[in-house]
Amino acid sequence: MTAFRRLILRDLRLAFRQGGDAAMVVGFFVLTVILFPFGVGPEPELLARIAAGIVWVTALLAALLSLERLFQADWEDGSLEALALMPLPLEAQVLAKCLAHWLVTGLPLSLVAPLLALLLHLEPAGYPVLVLSLLLGTPSLSLIGAVGAALSLGARRGGVLLSLLVLPLYIPVLIFGVAAIEARIGGFAARPHLLLLGALLAGALPLAPLAAAAALRQALD
Amino acid sequence: MPAPSPSAVSAPGFAGHALACRRGERLVFAGLDFAVPPGGALVLTGPNGSGKSSLLRLMAGLTRPEAGMLAWNGAPIGDDPAAHRARLHFIGHQDAVKPVLTVAETLGFWAGMRGGTEVRAGLERFRLAALADWPCRLLSAGQRRRLALARLVASPAPLWLLDEPANGLDAEALADLLAAIAAQRAAGGAVVLSTHTALPIEGARELSLTAFGRRAA
Repeated sequence: MTAFRRLILRDLRLAFRQGGDAAMVVGFFVLTVILFPFGVGPEPELLARIAAGIVWVTALLAALLSLERLFQADWEDGSLEALALMPLPLEAQVLAKCLAHWLVTGLPLSLVAPLLALLLHLEPAGYPVLVLSLLLGTPSLSLIGAVGAALSLGARRGGVLLSLLVLPLYIPVLIFGVAAIEARIGGFAARPHLLLLGALLAGALPLAPLAAAAALRQALD
Repeated sequence: MPAPSPSAVSAPGFAGHALACRRGERLVFAGLDFAVPPGGALVLTGPNGSGKSSLLRLMAGLTRPEAGMLAWNGAPIGDDPAAHRARLHFIGHQDAVKPVLTVAETLGFWAGMRGGTEVRAGLERFRLAALADWPCRLLSAGQRRRLALARLVASPAPLWLLDEPANGLDAEALADLLAAIAAQRAAGGAVVLSTHTALPIEGARELSLTAFGRRAA
């Protein structure tokens, strides 16, 4: 087994044993989306109009919720120091940890989203694009969030700082994610928006691990 | 200040020349030289805050020296940090043990990250074999320390950097540690460790750091 896969499996194992994070993220997602019909009223037309935005914003906040722990636990118990001295470059380790984070947050969020969209009376045409846009967009959320998590490591009230750092960077992902769904529902092509989501991911994939690894080295110095 | 000794840097083994370390605004030490030949041991002593941990972190490459250079077999470690990481074990103050993983899983993970396969030997060396299936949250502080030290044996590496490895160990575990160090040196490996209590390590050089960072004799 390669060190890269070993790190992913270890993070997945930790997530499942501790059980908290993934369940909490999905639970937060479901409960928050359910709040909207209570808040804005149960009119199907109104809910259908804002469904895509609600699901995307809530998924984004749910992903953010779990990011604080991405490096924090490893930092506190000395694992991060030990990992930084492993032969596998820290950049690759960040990528592995992001992948594990996405598997326990972004992936379940993408799969639960259609059920919640049903609750919000999303137009039937929007469902495939909803799932597709989340599958393309949530990995970017994990990657961009990793940079914020690494930068806010060791800061007091790191969670608040993390939100301030990361939320502005999430805006492009949110715009194109929602636009893809709205376009399909309005009878236009969703493809350009999905391609842009893919481009964001293609950019974040090499850049975020580089930036996060640099921030982690700074935190360990 | 000792005269520069370039010959020590180009000698086989691990060596440092004219090292200086700054933490924040404070110069912890400067003009520090050391050399550890293959099979050698270097013991760092000195009061709290004298820079033992800083020196070990610097040796590991976790921090950059303010001045000076580190070399392995004459080649500066800055030239190839990845090769340096691959050849060293660094055991710091923290044990890097997750409460929800078992003892065998923890050691298997850390050894595997270095491509090591001697998990069984590591567990036996530090008398953890009977605890292999225990979740680490049940371990005592001393047992967690032994588990951290077992990484040394589970994935062999030519350079060990140990920050107060004897902390929290009972007499039996300390004997295990000394035996592991002796085996490492017999195999041609180098060991650098810091300690507050005198450890019976045969033929070890001592590097004494003072509270103001100047190197004592």
